[in-house]
Amino acid sequence: MNVTSTNHALRKAKSLAMNGLCVVCAVLVILPLGLILFYLIQKGASSLNEAFFTGVPKPPGIPGGGMGNAIVGTLELLLLASCMGVPIGVLGGVYLSEYGSERINTWIRFWADVLNGVPSIVWGMVAYALVVLPMHTFSAWAGALALGFIMIPLVLRTTEEVLVLVPRSYREAALALGLPQWKTIVRIILPTAMRGIITGVLLAMGRIAGETAPLLFTAFGNDYWNKNLSGPIAALPLQIFKYSIAPYDDWNRQAWAGALVLVAMTFCLSAGVRIFSTGRLQKNT
Amino acid sequence: MNTEVATTPVSPAPVAAGARSGSRLGDRVFHFVCLAGAVVVGVLLALVLWQLFKGSSLALKQFGWKFFTGKEWNPVTGEFGALPFIFGTIVSSALALLIAVPLGVGTAIYLTDLAPVKLRQPMTSLIEMLAAVPSVVWGLWGLFVLIPLLRASVYPILKSCFGFLPLFHGPVYGIGLLTSGVILAIMILPIVTSVSREVLRSVPNLQREAAYALGATRWEVTRIAVLSYARRGLFGAAVLGLGRAIGETMAVTMVIGNSHYIGLALFHPASTLASGIANEFTEATTDIYLSSIFELGLVLLGVTILVNILAQVMVRAFTTAETRRVA
Repeated sequence: MNVTSTNHALRKAKSLAMNGLCVVCAVLVILPLGLILFYLIQKGASSLNEAFFTGVPKPPGIPGGGMGNAIVGTLELLLLASCMGVPIGVLGGVYLSEYGSERINTWIRFWADVLNGVPSIVWGMVAYALVVLPMHTFSAWAGALALGFIMIPLVLRTTEEVLVLVPRSYREAALALGLPQWKTIVRIILPTAMRGIITGVLLAMGRIAGETAPLLFTAFGNDYWNKNLSGPIAALPLQIFKYSIAPYDDWNRQAWAGALVLVAMTFCLSAGVRIFSTGRLQKNT
Repeated sequence: MNTEVATTPVSPAPVAAGARSGSRLGDRVFHFVCLAGAVVVGVLLALVLWQLFKGSSLALKQFGWKFFTGKEWNPVTGEFGALPFIFGTIVSSALALLIAVPLGVGTAIYLTDLAPVKLRQPMTSLIEMLAAVPSVVWGLWGLFVLIPLLRASVYPILKSCFGFLPLFHGPVYGIGLLTSGVILAIMILPIVTSVSREVLRSVPNLQREAAYALGATRWEVTRIAVLSYARRGLFGAAVLGLGRAIGETMAVTMVIGNSHYIGLALFHPASTLASGIANEFTEATTDIYLSSIFELGLVLLGVTILVNILAQVMVRAFTTAETRRVA
């Protein structure tokens, strides 16, 4: 065994070297974050102007235009997806924490984790088969459905995790006062865990806000303001994708600006998570 | 401890409430609604499988097992084989793991055992931020920053040092298998690192103390007491990363070059299952073409489900043994 080796200096040197290597690893892991933020700001910030936030895309070759419709489209899709994903996920989480037996819970948790691992593009295919094919058109509904599918298991798992942290005495006190169980849950347990649930929802929204693959053949993208949810809708990630692979400098420039806005959006969501989750930690004790 | 106490008390409650007044409609309705919310998860899984089976039934019937061994993917002749996509997926994910696992585990060691306590939380937050960057943004960055960099400085060096290996033969386009491996590695680093960290944290301190007491140096403690103890959990972390890498779509689509390629050259453009779907889905003009793409989706789904189950089992078996949960 090495431990009994007598060559102490060599062992110390080796230890130092390997630990140094770990530090290098940590630096290399953080490095891409610095690089991507640097380039986003360097290449994107200069293109952020009023036209970018209010305009719609111009035809290829004509400079100018903006991604206003895509930003609004992404917000619409997020809202629609949350309308579907949040209630189902929260109710499922309530079931796991308040009603389910250990055997059922194990299975549901397992399924939810399997669903979390399903590639997002597969959800796009499912939404395509369920909505786009029967309706014969790409639509905001289809995009929102695909994103909602992704959200459900995420919200379910985080909701369960926070509900379980609500002290047992709260439930006992409410039940002892004669409240029916459903009122105990709706009036006492859910409000107590609200911060944590919102944290989970924000996390899930941050995850789906940047999703592109499930929207490729569901929301599809649109170069105009979309007033009709049954038609194709623009989304920021889609627009970034389209503009970054196009051979026009002006489009590439706007793709960077769009990426900067998208990353700012997801970081705002995760900052929201941090603010809400600090409250959750206090409740933990 | 906290969670243990909180999970158990809930089960007697509905029994008590139900026994007192079985006629409480509100309770029954709410119970049912919550149950429905939970069951949706199982329904969704069935739905995904069913829809993909249905979508690919035509291709399943026409090609059978030949689909997995066919090297030809030709919409014009109606000949569809998935091997180029499967090959691209395996190679790019393997490259990603090769890069990401040592880096991720090294960082996890740094974060659990070496870093100053003040630095640990901020570093972890930074890694979480890394995970929040959307795939399409990595693709954009890869296209305009990483590819020029690799093409100009890294790949020529690789070619001049290891050019005798068939792996580095052929022209350097910039886009290709190796580039997508690098991008994938960056993208799976956060999950590999955070799960590894969770695993290493659940190694009991007694292990470390015992090794220190025997006179081991810091690295020897890490190697003997921590890494060998945690290797199954770390393997699980790597497999979890693999699951992510296989399903990752946008960034790969943007940097892999989208050609149907099977061969040894890592600089060559190729396709993965996910990038193939993303690229060709809206181009599918014939029924059999669309059906074949659905079958690609089915293969992708099957592989990721298997990989994820394996990873869950490994990580869970390890961390629950230490009475900890992986968030």
